[in-house]
Amino acid sequence: MIAQFVKSREALLLAAIALLLALIASRFPSFVSPGNLVAVFNDTSTLILLALGQMVVILTRCIDLSVAANLALTGMVVAMLNTVAPGVPIVAILLIALTLGAVMGAINGLLVWKLEIPPIVVTLGTMTIYRGIIFLISGGEWINAHEMSDAFKQFPRAVVLGLPMLSWCAIFAVAAFVVLVNRTALGRAFFAVGGNPRAAVYTGIDVGRTQFFAFTLSGTLAGLTGYLWVSRFAVAYVDIAGGFELTVVAACVIGGISIAGGVGSVAGAVLGALFLGVINNALPVVNISPFWQLAISGAAIIVAVALNAQSSRTKGRVILKTAEQTA
Amino acid sequence: MNVVKTALSTVAVAAAMFAGTAQAQDDMRIALVVKALGIGFFEAAAKGAEEAAAEIGGVEVIYTGPTDTTAEGQIEVINALIAQRVDAIAISANDTDALVPALKKAMDRGITVISWDSGVAEGGRQMHLNPSSNPLIGNMIIKLAADHMPDGGDVAVLSATATATNQNIWIEEMNKVLPNYPGINVVATVYGDDLSDKSYREATGLMQTYPDLKAIIAPTSVGIVAAAQAVVDAGKVGEVNVTGLGLPSEMAGAIESGASQSFAIWNPIDLGYAATYISHQLASGAAEAAPGSEISMGRIGSVTLDETNSGAMADPFVYDSSNIDEFKSIF
Repeated sequence: MIAQFVKSREALLLAAIALLLALIASRFPSFVSPGNLVAVFNDTSTLILLALGQMVVILTRCIDLSVAANLALTGMVVAMLNTVAPGVPIVAILLIALTLGAVMGAINGLLVWKLEIPPIVVTLGTMTIYRGIIFLISGGEWINAHEMSDAFKQFPRAVVLGLPMLSWCAIFAVAAFVVLVNRTALGRAFFAVGGNPRAAVYTGIDVGRTQFFAFTLSGTLAGLTGYLWVSRFAVAYVDIAGGFELTVVAACVIGGISIAGGVGSVAGAVLGALFLGVINNALPVVNISPFWQLAISGAAIIVAVALNAQSSRTKGRVILKTAEQTA
Repeated sequence: MNVVKTALSTVAVAAAMFAGTAQAQDDMRIALVVKALGIGFFEAAAKGAEEAAAEIGGVEVIYTGPTDTTAEGQIEVINALIAQRVDAIAISANDTDALVPALKKAMDRGITVISWDSGVAEGGRQMHLNPSSNPLIGNMIIKLAADHMPDGGDVAVLSATATATNQNIWIEEMNKVLPNYPGINVVATVYGDDLSDKSYREATGLMQTYPDLKAIIAPTSVGIVAAAQAVVDAGKVGEVNVTGLGLPSEMAGAIESGASQSFAIWNPIDLGYAATYISHQLASGAAEAAPGSEISMGRIGSVTLDETNSGAMADPFVYDSSNIDEFKSIF
């Protein structure tokens, strides 16, 4: 067990993050103070939430490029709702965000399931459509801090047991996904569908339906993140989180989730997101040129993909082993 | 293209029909043509134009524009104005080149044509009025920071992308005038890429790296809003002043929370006022639009034209708690 863990991607990532933190600490010691680490985790929470959703989608051999657009549209809708009806309680806003996100995810899922359009094409299309809708409903206008109610802006910042609610949202989602992926039939179906769709069909799993659920989950989390994002940065406009879908995919890839489907873990996705989160938060304080920042993030992705490619040589065997263990 | 041709010929006929009739009005008629009607910024400019008209006297301002921001719509409006035989057209253009033929025609008819805010190519106007100039903006952003730092100290710049032309020029101009502000040290320039999350993170990073930081200068509307939020979340309101270029509607919250003492951007009222004043000067023959000439803008001062016949109105206008409420609903 221990030997296997040491060789695993998760252990490798954990070591990489520790090494990264040590390097940063040598140049900027206060970065590793507990308070700052909490801030880094809090800042990475949105990425963790989206990476979890993206993970199940990628597990089923799909990809969801519309997460950032879904996030932005949900964020805009709840922000506009808040400006016209500031009295709507936060619980209702959360429910609306989750539902709206789920609906947008389900649209992706239905197109992939019923029309059998390749997921990259579907989500590339819906990504543009969702961004377009934001422009239509907002007229290109910004929703600004002074137009949002205090309760709306305060929710992600509210500190409970030493952590902001934004962090708690990520922690709850991680816990839920651990149970979902490891302990439910749907969770196992994600792996089965991605690992070997043909075999999955023979075991009675509906491939399209499983992918539909993956997209819906991803959309739901994107919707939740939409509200959190908009309230945290206290601004909503067409381009928020522009290009963030690629960061989310990068977090998954770095976390060892195989783009070919069927391989990955919740811990991997979380660690992949944290790895990028640490880099993103550390680079501004260690005074590195912005061009190097891009190069460093890019290099991390290449290294991760290289490792994935190596492990995929023995892919078939790895899957069987994993499947046996979880069964 | 056909639509344009039809419109042009229709107007030509209309113009010919009206050519014989004597002009009824004695007032000088100045048309303020905007990108589209119903935009707060331009409504404010129209207010300034009315102010100028009242001050000069004997001037009628026609505030007009298409219903959406298209060049085609503006061409129709211009043709209608030619038919009405206005004395001057002051336009904020939706397209640099597409309006040139229509505006040329207006000038051929003896109508004074200037562009303001958003310019027209040289052939299509007599002069262009920029809201401000790069040196003025560069000076203003550092002045805004310095004004609230009587004892001097560290400031940092949060820009858009590292390759953004406008921001780079402004920062360069800012660095040129830096010696005029003794005691002010620019300790870093970071790039938020005009993304809320990255700008927020960079601003947070600046406050961590430079604990004595007194001000963050963000000459970008996304960056300034994100930096203000980062300052609020870091509990550094009152210690770190966020300033730079932003829009009053977007910055109202930051002024209210105290994260930003003041920031700057053009004043649309002054812009409309100046455009109208200049149009009157040119149309009445009191001034001539030629490289090097100086044209009065009434209460704002005067503008000197460069070799492309364009000039800068004034310093960016400073917004703070005293005037934010008036402007936040405008633009």
